[in-house]
Amino acid sequence: MGLVKMQKSLQDYTKSLFLEGILDSQFLQLQQLQDESNPDFVSQVVTLFFQDSDRILNDLSLSLDQQVVDFKKVDPHVHQLKGSSSSIGAQRVKNACVVFRNFCEQQNIEACHRWLQQVKQEYYLVKNRLETLFKLEQQIVASGGMIVAFEPGF
Amino acid sequence: MSLLHVLGFGVKIGNFFWMLCCWFVSWFVDGGIEDKSSLLAGSVGDPEKTKMTTMKKKNKMWFWNRISSSGLKIPSFSYQFPGSVKFNKTFWRNVVIGWIVFWVLVSIWTLWYFSSHAMEKRKETLASMCDERARMLQDQFNVSMNHIQAMSILISTFHHGKFPSAIDQRTFSEYTDRTSFERPLTSGVAYAVRVLHSEREEFERQQGWTIRRMDSHEQNPAHKDDYDPEALEPSPVQEEYAPVIFAQDTVSHVVSLDMLSGKEDRENVLRARSSGKGVLTAPFPLIKTNRLGVILTFAVYKRDLPSNATPKERIEATNGYLGGVFDIESLVENLLHQLASKQTILVNVYDTTNSSQPISMYGSNVSADGLERVSPLIFGDPFRNHEMRCRFKQKPPWPVLPMMISLGMLVIALLIAHIIHATANRIIKVQEDCDKMELLKKKAEAADVAKSQFLATVSHEIRTPMNGVLGMLHMLMDTELDVTQLDYVRTAQASGKALVSLINEVLDQAKIESGKLELEEVRFDLRGILDDVLSLFSAKSQQKGVELAVYISDRVPEMLIGDPGRFRQILTNLMGNSIKFTEKGHIFVTVNLVEELLESIDGETASSSESTLSGLLVADRQKSWKNFKAFSSSNGHRSFASSPPDINLIVSVEDTGVGIPLEAQSRIFTPFMQVGPSISRTHGGTGIGLSISKCLAGLMKGEIGFSSTPKVGSTFTFTAVFSNGMQPTERKSDPQNNNQPIFSEFRGMKAVVVDHRPARAQVSWYHFQRLGIRVEVVSCVEQALRYMKTGTGTVNMILIEQEIWNREADAFIKKLHKDPLVQSPKLVLLAKSVDSSIDALSTGIDPPIVIVKPLRASMLAATLQRGLGIGNRETPQHKGPPALILRNLLHGRKILIVDDNNVNLRVAAGALKKYGADVVCSESGIKAISLLKPPHEFDACFMDIQMPEMDGFEATRKIRDMEEEMNKKIKNGEALIVENGNKSSWHLPVLAMTADVIQATHEECLKCGMDGYVSKPFEAEQLYREVSRFFNSPSDTES
Repeated sequence: MGLVKMQKSLQDYTKSLFLEGILDSQFLQLQQLQDESNPDFVSQVVTLFFQDSDRILNDLSLSLDQQVVDFKKVDPHVHQLKGSSSSIGAQRVKNACVVFRNFCEQQNIEACHRWLQQVKQEYYLVKNRLETLFKLEQQIVASGGMIVAFEPGF
Repeated sequence: MSLLHVLGFGVKIGNFFWMLCCWFVSWFVDGGIEDKSSLLAGSVGDPEKTKMTTMKKKNKMWFWNRISSSGLKIPSFSYQFPGSVKFNKTFWRNVVIGWIVFWVLVSIWTLWYFSSHAMEKRKETLASMCDERARMLQDQFNVSMNHIQAMSILISTFHHGKFPSAIDQRTFSEYTDRTSFERPLTSGVAYAVRVLHSEREEFERQQGWTIRRMDSHEQNPAHKDDYDPEALEPSPVQEEYAPVIFAQDTVSHVVSLDMLSGKEDRENVLRARSSGKGVLTAPFPLIKTNRLGVILTFAVYKRDLPSNATPKERIEATNGYLGGVFDIESLVENLLHQLASKQTILVNVYDTTNSSQPISMYGSNVSADGLERVSPLIFGDPFRNHEMRCRFKQKPPWPVLPMMISLGMLVIALLIAHIIHATANRIIKVQEDCDKMELLKKKAEAADVAKSQFLATVSHEIRTPMNGVLGMLHMLMDTELDVTQLDYVRTAQASGKALVSLINEVLDQAKIESGKLELEEVRFDLRGILDDVLSLFSAKSQQKGVELAVYISDRVPEMLIGDPGRFRQILTNLMGNSIKFTEKGHIFVTVNLVEELLESIDGETASSSESTLSGLLVADRQKSWKNFKAFSSSNGHRSFASSPPDINLIVSVEDTGVGIPLEAQSRIFTPFMQVGPSISRTHGGTGIGLSISKCLAGLMKGEIGFSSTPKVGSTFTFTAVFSNGMQPTERKSDPQNNNQPIFSEFRGMKAVVVDHRPARAQVSWYHFQRLGIRVEVVSCVEQALRYMKTGTGTVNMILIEQEIWNREADAFIKKLHKDPLVQSPKLVLLAKSVDSSIDALSTGIDPPIVIVKPLRASMLAATLQRGLGIGNRETPQHKGPPALILRNLLHGRKILIVDDNNVNLRVAAGALKKYGADVVCSESGIKAISLLKPPHEFDACFMDIQMPEMDGFEATRKIRDMEEEMNKKIKNGEALIVENGNKSSWHLPVLAMTADVIQATHEECLKCGMDGYVSKPFEAEQLYREVSRFFNSPSDTES
C-alpha cells in the first residue's frame, strides 16, 4: 500500500469517526496538543483512558450487581467516566454517561443496568475504532510517513 | 319698617352663625379647649348692635389668623392617628354628639331668652299704660277736689258771711251746673248745714221741710227707680243734724236729708270737720242711682282757721259741709275712653284702706293671666288708700320669631353635625381603604417576588431534565434513522435547544426583576469581545452574504473593567436581531466614547447612501440616541459629564434589514413583545432579548435606544459605563504600541487600502491598524499604484475590496505587469463571502491572499501570517491569537492542576504544557492543599470541582484561608517575604474546571473564592479569556 493511499485511508477513517459521532472536536484539540516535544501524546492519553475506563466499568458492574445498590458510589464513577470520555472527545460515550447519570440520580436500577450496557457498548465501539486508528497511524509512521492532523472539512 | 327689622335681625343671626362656624372650625382645628362661656356671652348675650359689630370684627381677624395657621395643622391632625381607626371613630362620634347636645342647649336658651325678653317688654308696656291712667285719674280727681274746696269757700263767703244769704237753692244749683266742667269727676255737689238740736225747730220752720234720715235707703237699695224722698221718715232726735240745703240738680233728691244719719256720710262729715281737709268715703252704692260712688266732703267754717287749729276748734267753727259725689264707675269709664288702646288692657280700681279686703271701685273681675300692674292712686286723703290694677285683655301671643330662630339654629347645627359626621366617616373610610391598599400592595409585591423565585426555580429545574432530553436526542441522531426520522429528531433537538436558551433568558429576566443580577468587575479586552461576537455570527453572515463589520474608536482604552459577559450578551442580542432581519447589505457595529461622539455630533451630516458600509441606506443613527438622558441638551450646553475614571461607551449596531414597523416601535423593549405574532414563527426567538438588553444596559448605567425606518433598516444604540482598565503607565506608552504584542511581527508594515467607500475603508483601516500595520486609504487602483510609486517607504501589501477587484482586476494586473514595482507588494483581497472569492484566484500573478469578512484581528493575523509566511510558529490549523497570546501568557508559569480523573488530568496538563507552562498534577484536593501551602511557587491552579474526599470548593476555601493567614503574618511582619520576591500578599488565581457551565455553579465558584472557571475540555479562547485576567503580559513572568 502506498504511503499516499495509506494517508488517504487514514483521513477517510478519521472522517468516518467524526461523521458517526464517535468522536468530536475535542479529539482534534487533543491531536493539536501533540507536537515534537510530546509525540505520543494522543496515544498516551487514549491508553490511559482505556485503562481508567476498563477499571471504572468493572467497578460499575460490580456496584450495580450488589443487592443494595449504593448510588452514592455509582454516581462518581459515572461522573468520572463522563469526564474522561469528554476529555478525549468520545462523544457517544459521554452522551450515554449523561443519560446514565440521570437515571442514577433517579435511582432507577433497571434503567441503570440497561444504560451500563449501553455505555459499555459505546465504549467498546470507540475503543475498537481508536485502536484501529492508531494501528493505521503506526503503519504510516512505520513506512516513514507523516501524520497529518485531520482537518474537518464537513 | 317691620321688614327692615326682620332683615336687620336676619343679618345679626347670620353674623352670629358665621362666628359660631369660625369658632367651631378653629376649635376643631386646634382640637382643643376654648373658653365657651366667654364666647357665649360675646356672641349671644349682648343684643347691642355696636358691641356685636366690634365682636364680629375681632372674631373675623381671629378666625383668619387661625385659618392661616391651621393650614399646616389639619394634615398633622389627621396624621395623629393613622393606625387607630377605632379611636378615631369614637372620637368623632363623641364630637358629633357633643356638638348636637351643645346646640340643643343653645337653641333652648335662645328661645327662653327671647321669650323672656318679650315678656319684659309687655310688662313695661303695661306698667306705663297703667301708670298713665292712674296719673290722669289722680289729676282729674285733684282738679275736682280743688274746685269743691273752692266752692266751700264760696259758700262760707256768700251763704254764711252775708245776711241774708246770697245763695239759695236755685242759685246754687245753677252755679254748680254751670261750673260742673270744672269738676269732671263729680256727678253732683251738695251742701249740708250744721244744725244743732236746739236750732232744729227754727230751722225746719225756716226751710219749710223736716230733717229726714236716710238709713232706710241703704238697707233697701233694690228699688232705686221708685225712690221717693217724701217716703222717708223724719230724722229722729239727735244732738246735731246736717241736713242738705243746697244740691246740684243731679243730686237734688238729697235735699233735706240728714247727712249724719248715713253711716258713711256721718263718718265722713265728722272726719272732715275735724281735719279741715277733703275726706273721702269708702265706695258705697249711691242713693237713688244705687251706683257705686265715693263722696268727698269738705267742712265749711265760720271763720278762717289757722292751719294748726285743733280739731275741737275746728268742730266748733264748723258751719256746714260741702259734699261732692264721685260716680267712680262712669267717671273712670269716661276717662279711659279718652285714651288710646283702651281695648288692650283691663283696668280695676280698688279702695285698699282695708288692705285685706280691697273694695272694688271699678272694673269687672274677669280673670286674666297673671301679668298685673298695680299703680297707687293718691286722692289727697291720707286716711284712704286707692290703687289701680291693670291687666292685658289678651293672652300674650306665641313667640313665633324666637322659636323660628332657635329652630333654625338647631337645623343648621344638625346640618353641620351631619357634615362633620360625613367627613369623619369619609376620612375613616379613606383610611381604611388606604390600609387595605397597603395590604394589597404588599401582597402584590410578595406575589411578584414569589413569581420571580418561582421562575428562577422552575427554570433551573427544567434545565436538568432538558440536558437529559438533549443528550438522548443527540444519541438518537447517531442511530440508524431514515430521513424523515432524522428530520423529526433534528426538529426536536432544535426545539430543545431553543427551550434551554429561552429558559436561560427567562432566568435572566427573573433575576433582573428580583434585583439579584449583579455585574462582575473584571478587566477585559473590549476588542477581543467584539471579535468573539463577530466570529459567532460570521458563518451566518457569510451564508447570507451580509457584510459584518466592527469599528472601535482609537480613544476607547484597550482594557476596560466591567462585566464582559453581560456586555457580550447585549451585543449578541442586538446583532442576533440584526442578522435575523437582514437579508442584504451590512451590519455595522461601532464603538465610540460618548465624549467623542458629542464632539463630532454637530459636524456629522445626514448619511447618504454612499457613505454607508454597503452603500445601502440606513436608519439615522443620531435618532437612536435622541432620547438618551445623557445627551439631552439644555440651551446648547450638554448636560453630559463624565468623571475621569469612567469610560462612557456608546455602541451602535446598524443594519440594513427590514426595519421595525412604526406601530411596533413603542413596545420593542417590552418583554415577550415581538413585532407581530408571525415573527416568532418565521424568525424564532422569544422577544425577551431586547428587554433583557435594556435592563443590562441600565445596570451598566447606560441607556438603550433605536431608530428604525421600515424597509431601510434599524440602528440600535446603547451606552454603558465602564472603568478604565489600563494602568497609567500603559496609557502613556506609544500609541503604536497599543496593540497586542502578539502581532509584533506585523509592526512597521505598510499597506494601501483600495476602497471607494470611506466607511468600509475605515473599518479595514481599523483592523489593520490593530495589527500595527500602517494603512493608507485610496479610492481606486490607479491611485494606489501612483501612491506606491511616489510614496516614501515600501508598501508591503495592497488591500483591495472584492467589489473593486471584480471590476478592475484585469486592468490592475495588466498595469502591474507593464510597470512592475521595485518590490511587488502582496495582494490581499477582502471578500464578503467564501464562494464569491473563488473566481478571483484565476489570475496570472501571485495568488492574492483572500480574507473573508468579517474582519477580526485574530483571523486577519493568522491569514496574513500564512500568506506572508512570517511568524509561522503555529501549526496552520491552530491559527488565531488566543493560542499565540496564551503561549505568551503561560510560558514558564508554574501551574497546578487538580483532578481526580487521570485522563482529564493528562489532557489538561497536555494542553497547558503546549502553551509552555510548567505543569504539576495532583489527584486530590488534599494533596493540592499541601502543595499550595504558602510560600509556594505556583502561579495558578486549575481545580476540578467534583472530586471525592474533598471537592474543589472546599479545597479552594482552605487555600484561601491559608493565604489569608499568611497575609496577616506578612502584614504584621512575622513572615518574611523572601521566598517569593515581589509577593507582598498571597492570592493564587484558582480557576475551576467544570463541564457544568450552568450559571449557578459559576456563582458558587466565585463565592468560595475562585477567580473564574474554564469549561472542560479546555477551549483555547475561553482559557485565554480567563487566564489573561491574571497574567497581564509576558514581561511579568520574567520578574
